[in-house]
Amino acid sequence: MSIQVSPTLPDVESEVGSEIRSELGLSGSAQKRQACLSRLVELAIASPSPASWLQSLRDRATAQVQSQSFPSNRNEGWRFTDLSDLLGIEFAAAANSSVQLADLAAYVLPEAEHSRLVFVDGVYAPHLSALSHLPATLQVGNLAALAEPDELLPYLAQQSGADELFTALNTAGLSDAAVIVLPKQLVVDPPIHLLFVATGGDPRSAQANQRPTLTQPRCLVVAGVNSALTLIEDYVTLGSGVCLTNAVTEIWLAENAQVNHTRVQRDSLAAFHIGKTAVSQARSSRYIGNALSFGAALSRHHLEIYQTGEQTETTLNGLTMIAGTQVGDLHSAIALTQPYGTTRQLQKCIVGDRAHAIFNGKVLVPQAAQLTDAGQLNRTLLLSPKARVDTKPQLEIVADNVKCTHGATVGQLEADAVFYLQSRGIDAASARRLLVYAFAYEIIDQIAIASLKQTLCQFITSHTD
Amino acid sequence: MISENSPVILSVNDLTVNVNGTQILKGMNLEIKAGEIHAIMGPNGSGKSTFSKVLAGHPAYDVTGGEVWFLGQNLLELEPEDRARSGVFLAFQYPLEIPGVSNLDFLRVAYNSRQKHQGLEELDAFDFDELVQQKLDVVKMDAAFLNRSVNEGFSGGEKKRNEILQMALLEPKLGILDETDSGLDIDALKIVADGVNQLSNPDNATLMITHYQRLLNYVVPDYVHVMANGRIIRSGTKDLALELEERGYDWVLDEAAAGVA
Repeated sequence: MSIQVSPTLPDVESEVGSEIRSELGLSGSAQKRQACLSRLVELAIASPSPASWLQSLRDRATAQVQSQSFPSNRNEGWRFTDLSDLLGIEFAAAANSSVQLADLAAYVLPEAEHSRLVFVDGVYAPHLSALSHLPATLQVGNLAALAEPDELLPYLAQQSGADELFTALNTAGLSDAAVIVLPKQLVVDPPIHLLFVATGGDPRSAQANQRPTLTQPRCLVVAGVNSALTLIEDYVTLGSGVCLTNAVTEIWLAENAQVNHTRVQRDSLAAFHIGKTAVSQARSSRYIGNALSFGAALSRHHLEIYQTGEQTETTLNGLTMIAGTQVGDLHSAIALTQPYGTTRQLQKCIVGDRAHAIFNGKVLVPQAAQLTDAGQLNRTLLLSPKARVDTKPQLEIVADNVKCTHGATVGQLEADAVFYLQSRGIDAASARRLLVYAFAYEIIDQIAIASLKQTLCQFITSHTD
Repeated sequence: MISENSPVILSVNDLTVNVNGTQILKGMNLEIKAGEIHAIMGPNGSGKSTFSKVLAGHPAYDVTGGEVWFLGQNLLELEPEDRARSGVFLAFQYPLEIPGVSNLDFLRVAYNSRQKHQGLEELDAFDFDELVQQKLDVVKMDAAFLNRSVNEGFSGGEKKRNEILQMALLEPKLGILDETDSGLDIDALKIVADGVNQLSNPDNATLMITHYQRLLNYVVPDYVHVMANGRIIRSGTKDLALELEERGYDWVLDEAAAGVA
């Protein structure tokens, strides 16, 4: 077991001198990283561009990517999350896949049976989607189908942090996206289910798809004044081939809007998953984000909240449950800029075998953000002596009249708790399963969709030994 | 209820126990027969709670000597869950909260694990619901508690009533109540005591561990034992408890010390 609350490293881009440098002045590994990034950029650029107005966004993002280098663990932000396994992989674009609704039966949510958008390898799949129960005033669909770019331009790729490497890489290849625009006052009753399917190595796909694939799902939500929405953003893979998902979701809440957002990442164990959730909150808006991360050999989630008006409420619940040799990383940042903001963050990690969880939680409270009430807690359950967590709460508080708390706990299953269950006739293994479930349930219980809640409970029970 | 011919349920002979290398129990002897209610009293740190946890099989305690027989079985060789399935029940001083697990599901899993062990029929959710509804009366518990998570957000009294409800369902041969009276107001105490009395019958036995005499007004013991320094130093009837209440523990300790010397 290893617990570290880490000191900050300077952001060093260059390699140490002892490494053999090539004629270009770059070390071998730096060359590899640059080659990998070049390949990813080429793939992104090659994706079809459905409209001319998108091209300038794409060009700008391409330039942003090209001005940066692929991260190594010498970058402070990537210190514990080693991307070097990506370097040797020859990623290709996904070929057309013939996914049928029956293939997705396990992922269909009854509550959203008529309010579902499915994207296969980043491309909208109308035959798998169902939108009949949504109000007519709601604009929902894929980017290519929506006629009015003017409405989207102030929002698409306009969040702070859009120039971050992987976000920009997604924008550089932007061709399709799930777009949800709620006009003011609209309260959407059925939850909207965005199902992003990656088909890495899927036997149903064409030959070319057997190669490792890059998919870049994209989602834009604009919630108008006083509107309300429940959203499920769901990442799954069909097949067990290697794939890299680089997803970006941007959510804009206007005054007094409310978004209840659940993000589930349950990719296969051969997948790599890098994801961004960027949320802007105007005055009096309420954002509830539940982020659940179970899959992928390596996953990294950037969760960023930008407050743009007073008196916002932000609730972030997170659960990372990993085992084997998985790496699960959440980097969250809550940037308050106005008075009277309230934030609550609870991030739980369940780490088994030799898996490695990382939590880095920034909360920024500048001078202007007086009377902020911010709470952050990271709780980790280590299920094996080789399991590891690195947790780093990072509160930067300048304002002088605020209430900010943070905490991090790391523990194992309590012997007394196991004993209590055993003393009721429940064997030790079942007792441990029950207790892990109970630890996870605090987060699962926050999910507004009963069927999803049940599915995830079953997942947790079946993945504990 | 004392009856000379009753079978022996629990027999503890010269039991010694260590925790982290420190000896806590230093030669416990106790025999409990069917139909009997025993109370163990004693000052803090005397080893009362340790004794109850050792009987239930808590892994933190090392038995270094002596033996414990339960209905003809060597209790110390059994895993905690097998002790429970064989009929040992420990009502905890601090019952555990298990968020996310409904009380009803928990009770059914516990009940069925005992049924299975004893070669009896396991109950499905429907039949179990019927059974549990009958048992709720024992501790005057509202059916709403069944759908809540185990002990989560329960008051102290509700947790203890939930322990007795579990005891009512599992019908142990030996029910051990570890400080079940602590933290209860008088109304809750009466309900809990009433439940214990209802469950007591000529075929089972009850062992109460308590610091205070108060509980013994409601569940009247056949025997009262005083524990100090890891052993029973005096045994008597319920009158001994009244005397302890009036005079404290010091005189018993002094007399025991004088006896040893």
